Amino acid sequence: MSLLEIRNLTLEIARTDLAIVKNVSLSVEPGEIVAIVGESGSGKTQVARAVMALNHRAIRRRAGQSLFRGQDIFALPDREKRAIRGSQIGMVFQEPMTSLNPSLTIGRQLLEGLELHRKLTQQERLAKVAEMLRRVGIQDVDHAMRAYPHEFSGGMRQRIMLASVMLLEPALLIADEPTTALDAVIQRDVMELMVELTRSANTAVLLISHDLPMVARYADRILVMRSGEIVEEGAASDILARPQHEYTRKLLAALSWRGPARAVDMQQTPVIAVEGLVVDYGGQQRLFSRSQSKRALKGIDISVQPNEIVAVVGGSGSGKTTLGNVIAGLVPATSGRLLYDGKPVLPGASGYADWRANSQMVFQDPYSSLDPRMKIEALVGEALRHEKRINRQQKRERVAAMLTEVGLGEQFLDRFPHELSGGQRQRVAIARALICNPRFLIADEPVSALDVTVRAQVLDLFAALQKRYGFSCLFISHDLGVVEQVADRVIVMQHGEIVEQGSRDDVFDRPQHAYTRKLLSAIPALAPTAGGGIEMRWRQAAG
Amino acid sequence: MRRFAPNALIGGLLIGLLFLMAIVQTFWMPHDPMKLNFASRLQPPSAEFLLGTDEFGRDIVSRLMMGAATSVSISLMTVGLAVVLGTTIGLISGYNRGLIDRVIMIFNDALLAFPGMLLALGLLSVFGANQYGIIVALGLAYTPSVARVVRGAVMSLREREFIRASRTMNNSELYTMLRHVLPNCLAPLIVLGTSMFGWTLLSESALSFLGLGVPPPAPTWGNMLAAGRPFIEQAAWLAIFPGLCISLTLLGINLLGDALRDRLDPQMRGAV
Repeated sequence: MSLLEIRNLTLEIARTDLAIVKNVSLSVEPGEIVAIVGESGSGKTQVARAVMALNHRAIRRRAGQSLFRGQDIFALPDREKRAIRGSQIGMVFQEPMTSLNPSLTIGRQLLEGLELHRKLTQQERLAKVAEMLRRVGIQDVDHAMRAYPHEFSGGMRQRIMLASVMLLEPALLIADEPTTALDAVIQRDVMELMVELTRSANTAVLLISHDLPMVARYADRILVMRSGEIVEEGAASDILARPQHEYTRKLLAALSWRGPARAVDMQQTPVIAVEGLVVDYGGQQRLFSRSQSKRALKGIDISVQPNEIVAVVGGSGSGKTTLGNVIAGLVPATSGRLLYDGKPVLPGASGYADWRANSQMVFQDPYSSLDPRMKIEALVGEALRHEKRINRQQKRERVAAMLTEVGLGEQFLDRFPHELSGGQRQRVAIARALICNPRFLIADEPVSALDVTVRAQVLDLFAALQKRYGFSCLFISHDLGVVEQVADRVIVMQHGEIVEQGSRDDVFDRPQHAYTRKLLSAIPALAPTAGGGIEMRWRQAAG
Repeated sequence: MRRFAPNALIGGLLIGLLFLMAIVQTFWMPHDPMKLNFASRLQPPSAEFLLGTDEFGRDIVSRLMMGAATSVSISLMTVGLAVVLGTTIGLISGYNRGLIDRVIMIFNDALLAFPGMLLALGLLSVFGANQYGIIVALGLAYTPSVARVVRGAVMSLREREFIRASRTMNNSELYTMLRHVLPNCLAPLIVLGTSMFGWTLLSESALSFLGLGVPPPAPTWGNMLAAGRPFIEQAAWLAIFPGLCISLTLLGINLLGDALRDRLDPQMRGAV
């Protein structure tokens, strides 16, 4: 008997006939790691929730069963459902910020599960919690027990979450995008910890993710889901090397590949150069005191040549976003100079307006970077506000032409942002940034919020537009795969300093700094195989 | 799919009725509300005087209608004053933050800590007890809560990326504030404005009841209620009908406010 067996499960939205999971069957054996891979809306999360019968009440089971050790969870009375949840099936969610209770100490939250589900003395419980915290890499256990969740970083919180779930040694762990909110290096650490903990407790894992290479590294079997159906199933290595279904091939093709290196003339005057940039955060004037300041950038020098895409990479807290914000004029610099075309730009100086008009920005989150109350025409057209001698009709025509260029048509002019998908919104954001034909573009994680296949399309569009308009770009990202695809030159940042910079091929193939190597070890090097699939090679962190 | 909202319907009907009364009285009333007629003093409701007459023989229906107009116009102007002032202060404070925000908010919080009614009473003694005195006093008393709500909305909005996007587009701060920040604060403002309309109505009635409102003989629901108090045993309708008008209007406003909040709150949008 399988540990978990889902048979012909069909889920629908109540009061409609809309099926969001269609006839899905899968099984998980004890100790096995099974992954469900799919994009947003594929129904993968709903399948995971159905394992514990935790679906939203608006989602109803039309047919099928979810059998845990042969018992149909949906048919169990609530009392027995609760006895299984937590104790025998554990769950880790995507967002470590919200899955721990902010008002309870870590110790309290970890003890809670043991008190509910295990008959132990308080002494034994405390010992078990302390041991588990040590195993997930918490240094000062006594302090951690008394600390609150906000005192820990996202990665640490996810470790604590894992600790609290694995404390009960469940037979099955459901991990729904457990590392999506974390940056690449921490993502790898948390995944390895999860695999190690579950292996030693012989816990099976049902891993839900959109990240095919990451999943392939850790899972035994992979199921690929699209629009509520499982389209392909197989051993992890087979799926990658010999994908059978067209959609799986599309997912693999959407992974980032390295194109041929482009020649950039480094002798020209840089479009934008930054010299000795220092930024202190905090130091805010309170009523009677000044708060402690924190140095976010510690003397940065960079330059971007005409027609060049320079990528800035680094983990969270490396200062890469601050750098973009300072150049965009959103955050004041504490000291340092900004040179546009070799001339310093300062607010109020003669060249400032010219510089502002020639630098634009694309933001990470297409859901919040467009004013929800404006139509697309007004949103994109707003960038033309500073152009004189242009009437309404001309404006509308230019906006329409730009929309066509980013792969949207005139029919989008009168729509509102909420009527558009994430990919379409990001196209609108790109149109808005490029309509004035700027010489310099700052792209702050422009594709991080997008699904894999949409991400590939937007990146292709971005490359095509760059070729056509020849703008220079500062491309800020934590995703080295994306950077490998688009960048001419790469700058690696850590703790507000540049630790390495060089051409893309040098940084990716001959990394010099230990931190660069660590970043690279979190992403695979990809090579195509004969079967239309890919072969992955993981880089070593050391040496 | 839009659900049937009974509170929007009932609230809308009651408030519609209030405005209808206020409008109709400008060209038609059953009797002259100011005409004294000692022959028909303290009459109970009858076919001629639908809700009876008061101690000077004036028709209650007509006086209620005229009072409705006074109350509606006072409330509208008060809310308008508080919203305009409070929004300006809230926008400046929330958008600039820093020292300006701190100073403004210290004053604002001090005013908020002061009971609104007491503040209004104090201001009334300065401005004088008349219609405009009430509007200014209550308007100023309600400004701090508007400022607070707007400031909160602005502070969360200004961190949103479309505000940052507007700034990178070389738009002036004033333009960004008016074009992007203000329109996105409207939802909480409308909801607050609606319930404030109710508070004003109630406060105005209370002030009139205390004799600090619109001076007689002009009728308001509050001073009618106050005038009916000595006669509560002989002619209960003098107090009952103005009281009923106040209660029903407040009920209507609260229902309408709830319904508006449900419609405008982004959290409620797109819920399954």
